[in-house]
This record gives sequence, C-alpha cells and structure tokens, in this order.
Amino acid sequence: MSDSPAEPAAFAFTAESAEQARAFIARYPIGRQQSAVMPLLDLAQRQEGWVSRAAIEAIADMLGMAPIQVEEVATFYTMYNRRPVGRFHVQICTNLPCMLRGSDAVLDSVRETLGIGIGETTADGLFTLSEAECLGACVNAPVIQINDDYYEDLDAASTRAVLEALGRGETPKTGSQTGRQTSCPAGGPTTLTSPAAATERA
Amino acid sequence: MPKLTIDGREIDVEPGTTILQAADRLGIEIPRFCYHERLAIAGNCRMCLVEVEKVPKPVASCAMPVADGMVVQTNTPVVRKARQGVMEFLLVNHPLDCPICDQGGECDLQDQAMAYGSDRSRYEETKRAQPDKDYGPLIATHMTRCIQCTRCIRFAAEIAGTPVLGGLGRGEHLEVTRYVGETVSSELSGNLIDLCPVGALTNKPASFRYRSWELRRTETVDAMDGLGAAIRVDSRGNEVIRVLPRINEDINEEWLGDRSRFACDGLKRQRLDRPYVRKDGKLTPATWPEAFAAIAARLTGLEGSAIAAIAGDQADAETMAATKDLLAALGSLHLDCRQDGAALDPTVRASYLFNSTIAGIEQADALLLIGTNPRIEAPVLNARLRKRWLEHGLAAAAIGPKADLTFAHDWLGDSPALLTELAEGRHPFLATLKAAKHPALIIGQGALARDDGAVLLGLARRIAESAGMVREDWNGFNVLHTAAARVGGLDLGFVPGPGGRDTKAIIAGAASGAVKVLFLLGADEIEMGALGDAFVVYLGSHGDAGAHRADVILPGAAYTEKDATYVNTEGRVQRTRRAVFPPGEAKEDWRVIRALSEVLGHTVPFDSLDQIRARLTNLNPLFGHPGSLERALWEPFGRPGATDDRPLASILDSYYMTDPISRASTTMAACVAAFGGGCNHHKAGHHA
Ligand code: SF4
Ligand code: FES
Ligand code: FES
Repeated sequence: MSDSPAEPAAFAFTAESAEQARAFIARYPIGRQQSAVMPLLDLAQRQEGWVSRAAIEAIADMLGMAPIQVEEVATFYTMYNRRPVGRFHVQICTNLPCMLRGSDAVLDSVRETLGIGIGETTADGLFTLSEAECLGACVNAPVIQINDDYYEDLDAASTRAVLEALGRGETPKTGSQTGRQTSCPAGGPTTLTSPAAATERA
Repeated sequence: MPKLTIDGREIDVEPGTTILQAADRLGIEIPRFCYHERLAIAGNCRMCLVEVEKVPKPVASCAMPVADGMVVQTNTPVVRKARQGVMEFLLVNHPLDCPICDQGGECDLQDQAMAYGSDRSRYEETKRAQPDKDYGPLIATHMTRCIQCTRCIRFAAEIAGTPVLGGLGRGEHLEVTRYVGETVSSELSGNLIDLCPVGALTNKPASFRYRSWELRRTETVDAMDGLGAAIRVDSRGNEVIRVLPRINEDINEEWLGDRSRFACDGLKRQRLDRPYVRKDGKLTPATWPEAFAAIAARLTGLEGSAIAAIAGDQADAETMAATKDLLAALGSLHLDCRQDGAALDPTVRASYLFNSTIAGIEQADALLLIGTNPRIEAPVLNARLRKRWLEHGLAAAAIGPKADLTFAHDWLGDSPALLTELAEGRHPFLATLKAAKHPALIIGQGALARDDGAVLLGLARRIAESAGMVREDWNGFNVLHTAAARVGGLDLGFVPGPGGRDTKAIIAGAASGAVKVLFLLGADEIEMGALGDAFVVYLGSHGDAGAHRADVILPGAAYTEKDATYVNTEGRVQRTRRAVFPPGEAKEDWRVIRALSEVLGHTVPFDSLDQIRARLTNLNPLFGHPGSLERALWEPFGRPGATDDRPLASILDSYYMTDPISRASTTMAACVAAFGGGCNHHKAGHHA
C-alpha cells in the first residue's frame, strides 16, 4: 500500500467537482456526511485519473474523517486507483467464466497490441493494463473494461481492433463485439420461438 | 424483556443484548477474537458461531441480538465443525512461531486452537507474510501474526480517540497498519498490546525477556499518577518485568496509561541501594549506622524550629505518618506534603477531592476544565470523559492549556480572569453549567500551584456553588491530582502545624538559614538550588535531584517494593503490595524512619505494619476503610482576592517523564524522543 512516486503535494477539487461534491454531501443527513466518501473518491479519481494521498487527506478533511479511514475505503475497492493510470485503463477479467471463455487469448492480444504487461503503462501514457476480478458480466465473457465502458464477447482479433481504434482516437462500439444484442442468447432466441405460443399469450 | 434459552438454560436479558453477552452472563463460554466488551461490535472473525433454532446456518453470536423465545445451542457438532473451519482459515496464514512468540502462553489463538484446531494442516500453498510496522518504542509488531480482528483499530479510534490505525487493502491483502507519518502515540497505546488476541502487537521494551508462565504476579495499585489504577506487577526473581492493568470498574476499567505501564525499567536504574553521607563535599557510601549517626550529630542541639520535612509525589502514608510523629517528637511543626506549593486546603476534605468520583464523572453532562490537561495528567480518566462525550454528549469547556483532549470542547482561553467572570455570572458558559443535570468541574494542580492558587480555588468553589454542582445527590467539584501521595498526605495531616512553615516557607527558611535540617521524602521537584546551607536528608528510591543535593541519603523502596497505603484523587484508600524487594540495602521507608527515630532517642512507637496502620487510622479513621469512598462535607474554602495575569497551564509539560522513576526510565526517554510530550496526532479527523 505504498505511495506512488507521483504523489502530488496538494489536491483541490475544481470548481465544478467541488460543486458536485457539495451535492453528494447534501444527500446525507447532517452528521452522516461520511457516507459521501465513495462518491467523493470517485470524483477525485475522475478529476485526476487516480486517488492520491493528498486527495485522501482533502476528502478526510471535508468529511470530518481520519485520513486512515478514507484510505481504508480507497484501498478496499479495486476501482479506485492508488497510482496514476494511462488515459485508457484496460481492466481485463481473468476470473473463472472469462478464463473458460478465452480470456487468456484476450490477455495475450492486449499484451501484443500494446506491448505492456499487467500493471504497466504504455510509453505514450495512453494505456494501462490491470487484471480485474469478475466484472459482473460473465454472461458475455470474456470481458474487458476500459474506463467506464465494457467490451464483451471478445477474442484476440476483436480485442486488437478495439484497442487500435482507441489508439487512433476513434470511439469503438461498446458491449458485445459479436453483434448480439446485450446478453441475448448468442445463436438467436431459444425460447418463445413458436408463433402459436405467442398468439396464445396475446 | 426477551427470554431465551441457551444450552437448555433460560435467561431474561434487556432488549439489544447479543447472544454472546447473554451466554457470558450464564457463564457459558463462547470463543471469540474480534468481540471485546468495551469496543464496538465488528463481527468479523466468525469464531463465535452458534446454532439458533429455525435459522438455517450458524450465526455469529457476538453480533446477533437476542429475540424472545430464541433457542440457542453453543455446543453441537455443527457448531464445533463451523468453529473448526474458522480456526483452520485463521491458521492458514498464521505463522507457526509460538515457540519464539512473546504472546505464547497467553494467546487467545493458541488457547482456542487447543480446542478447535487440527493437529495437521491441509494447506499446502505458500503462506502470506506481511512487513512489520513501526509503532514506536512501546509496541513491537509482528504483523504476519495478525488475524485482522480490528480490535486495535477500534481501540485507537473509539477509546483512545486517536484514529491512526486502519486496515488497508482487502481480502488476503488486508494489512492492519498506521496512517503514513502518524505515530501510535496515544498515552493509552499500551492497551493495544493487551487487546491484541495474538502476538501481532507485543510489549517492545520487554521483548524476548520472559515467558509468561515464568512470571510471578502481584496484584497491586499504581502510584505513577493520582488515579491509583489497579495493576498487576509481573516479576521474575527480584526484577519487575512488566506492569499490566487489572480490571477495576471504579477507576481504570481495564486500561492503563503508558507511563504507568512502561516506566518500570526505571525501577532498576539510578537506584539508591545503600546509604551515603557527604564527606568533604562528596557523597560517599556509608553504613546505616554511619548515616544515622551523621544525622544525629547534625541534629544535636538544634531547636525543633530549625527542622523541617517535605514529602514528594510518591511518598506513602505510612512513611508520612512516621515522619510526622518523628518531627513532632523533635519539636518541629514545619512539614508539608505539597511540594509544588499547591493551595490545597487540608481542613476541608471536599476541597481537595475528586468528589464526583472517577466512575461518577461519566454522569456529568456539562464540564468545565480549569488549569488542567486531563489527557496527560490522567489519560485513563480522560478516556472516561471521551466515553461520556461519545455515548451521551458532554458540553465541555476549558480554561487553561489548549489541547486536543479527544473530545469536543470549547477552549475559552487561559486567563484566570475568566474564572472571575464565571463566578460573577458574567460568562455565558455558566448558563450551560446551570442548565445541566450533573454539571461538573475539574480543577488541576496547574491552577493551584501558583501564588493566587487559593483565590482560584475559591473562585472554583463559587462557580461550583452557583452552577448547582453541589447538592444532596451530586458533587461535581473535582480536584485532579497528579501525585499518588497528595491526598494521603492531606488526609493524615502532613501539613504545617500551627505557625509552622509550608513548602514555600521551608525553602525560604533553608535559604535564610532558619531551617537547618531538611528531610525530603522522595521530594525531587522542589528548587534544590534554593536550599542554602541546609543539611538535607533524602529518603527515597532514586538518584534524582534530591539525592544530588543531599548530605545524607537513606535508600528507600519504590511503590512496587513495599506494602504501602496511598489515597487516590477521589479519596479512596488503597494499598500496594510488595512484588519485589528493594535493591541492596534499601528498606521500606517507614522502617527507615522508625530506625532513625530510635537513634535520635525519640523512638516512634510502631514496630510492625499493623501498628503503623493503626496509627494511620488514629490520625484519620478513613485509613481504616481501604477501598471504600466516603462523601466529604462541603464547607467554605478558598481565599478572596485578586488573581494574577499569568495564564493557566497544566502542572505537567510532558506526559512521559514526571517523577524519579519515569525520569530514570530509558523507555520513557525513548517516548519523549519519538513522541515529544504527548497529545500529538495531527491528522486524526475532527472530534465533532
Ligand atoms: S494487530 Fe492484533 S488487534 Fe490488531 S487487527 Fe491484528 S490481531 Fe487484531
Ligand atoms: S468472470 Fe469475467 S465478468 Fe465475471
Ligand atoms: S467474536 Fe463474533 S465474529 Fe468475532
């Protein structure tokens, strides 16, 4: 849980984030401001890309908490980055369902395309690769999360395509990369296929 | 009230009680690691699983409130299997280093592994190891042994009010640690060692110096501050190895301040282990008869009025009584137990006691602190104030030092004029006190040991009276003593007789030559340079300031080396018990006075502890009732007059070194180097 070499000396919310922070705090009853710790950590991360010690202390101060208590939250959830990450934070799920569906190949593809391993950032500062626990989208495994977006039903080629598109500054389509709608059965509908049943219900 | 059945036995308990608490009341033992009756419930170790009828899975009994009609089984095959499972998981990452672990023999994990552990492990992967943490000079850490019960985190945050510990990371990577850059420097930090159920946090100064089963345990009373906490002194041979708190709900609950716990290495250092006599300006070792003869020679032909005595902060009642009688026989009325010159009035007992009692202060709903920093003067008492504030709220204000007391309070300033304003009803805080059900004040020695001390004491009395602090059912007027000896000295009348000199006048007399022989009973905090040519006889345990100034040194016993009587700040008579013998030729102090009196031809008439104690009871019947408290009569005290402008401060400027024992302690010196005077944690959140 060591500090990053990049720890800044100070942290301040931008006017806009500060405004949002106040709104988050106001959602909770007086004396329960501590409940806003998670949204505030998220705000700080959105502003800086990661959660620095200075941000932890600033948030502790805003919420009347001890810094260690804020740090406990920031280190408990893997979604908070305690170290700087690239513009695209590529989080690959390697848990069981994703692994069974080919996450090894996806991981290799990321490594090859970006030339970095887990925990590393590309030289241009664009991509950071992390290994994630189950991202909760096993039905569309294998899955990677890049910033706030999910890319699903991946294989080596589609993974490379997504990453290359991002590198070119494009916005690749999110969700399933095999074209199915959300998590519908992969080969088309498997139930309610007979028209009779449909009419009977109608 | 819910009624439930545990292992076939019925019990009624208050709503909100947990199953584990109800079982405790029945004497049914449920194993636990994270649960502690004085800390918030965490429910994270799962060792306390029990079966509850109609509940499909075993439940954590420490976190489960009882319900009417509940049927609980604490000892079924399912329960045993579940606990064995928990134990197996706990041991997955626990090192097998019991043979070199200081907790060995008094480890909850070890004990419970005897009941629920397996004799072999099914775990073949590598164990997790954790780097140790730096918790300062008092606490050794072996974090690989930590079972993440979070007791230490909760104690630091809840009881001590210094939230610097936390658990970082999650799952297998969870590490209990302190916040970067913070010190674990609460004056109560030693209690973390007692709370830690395993050997993750251990007593650093005593590291690797004992096995718990080798130690002889002596139940006694602390004399390192004015509270008189219940302690256990663990010794081996003639050496005190460690000091631990015992439970005394009336005084220290189960906590102990760091000085009381860790200054014990000072009991071995700088000791006076034989008499000394100053010859040609140099202190030279002497025999007892030689030392007594030197005193007798100096006293020959002296008027009583040229003889005086001052008792120090750890002088016991027996010694003060014997000395008082000896001085009377020598014709002297010059004696004082207030070496700091505090304006304590020996004639009105209520004026020098902590009248609400230590446990009683928890009833206070409004509190005024005057010239005191309870956090360094009596950390265990301060923990109670914090507890009151946390649990029920406390409208507190302070006139005196500005300090982080771990509970919210208004700092009104440090000018004595504020007391006048309050006494005259011109300050708004008086209304807060008046509106309270149990208003209280605590006045420290910092307000009394000054030239206008008696005036401030009188103002405090007026504030107490006008705020309704003194009534039939409540007395919230509290004097906080920092010296174990003080109340006993006042109770037995170790104060100037009619026309006699008090501390200030004794010192002035010594300087002017009017006082020619001065007895110091462990009095080291007076201005030694101001004693002129007086012949100083020092009776005490350590080569501190008094011994350096002395013409004759009589080696005495420290509080762990004698059966002695002390009266604590609330007026409770308590007795220490001898854990080890005094070093070398040193003797119990009252016996020294007894022997000296014989040489001087004025034998004081006690030959046994019983006889001297009978004399104490005869001086004040209170001494006949150890342990009990008696409400003191409220009578006028204090002196009218002007206050001076000097700001009110605490009598102590450092927590760690206050007396000959702690000044001789290398552990305390290390604390000063690491922590400064105490009260320092910077980033601990708000006490709001
Ligand atoms: S250090 Fe001790 S008290 Fe603290 S969490 Fe670990 S086992 Fe519990
Ligand atoms: S296992 Fe990968 S999303 Fe659940
Ligand atoms: S004692 Fe109940 S969960 Fe730890």
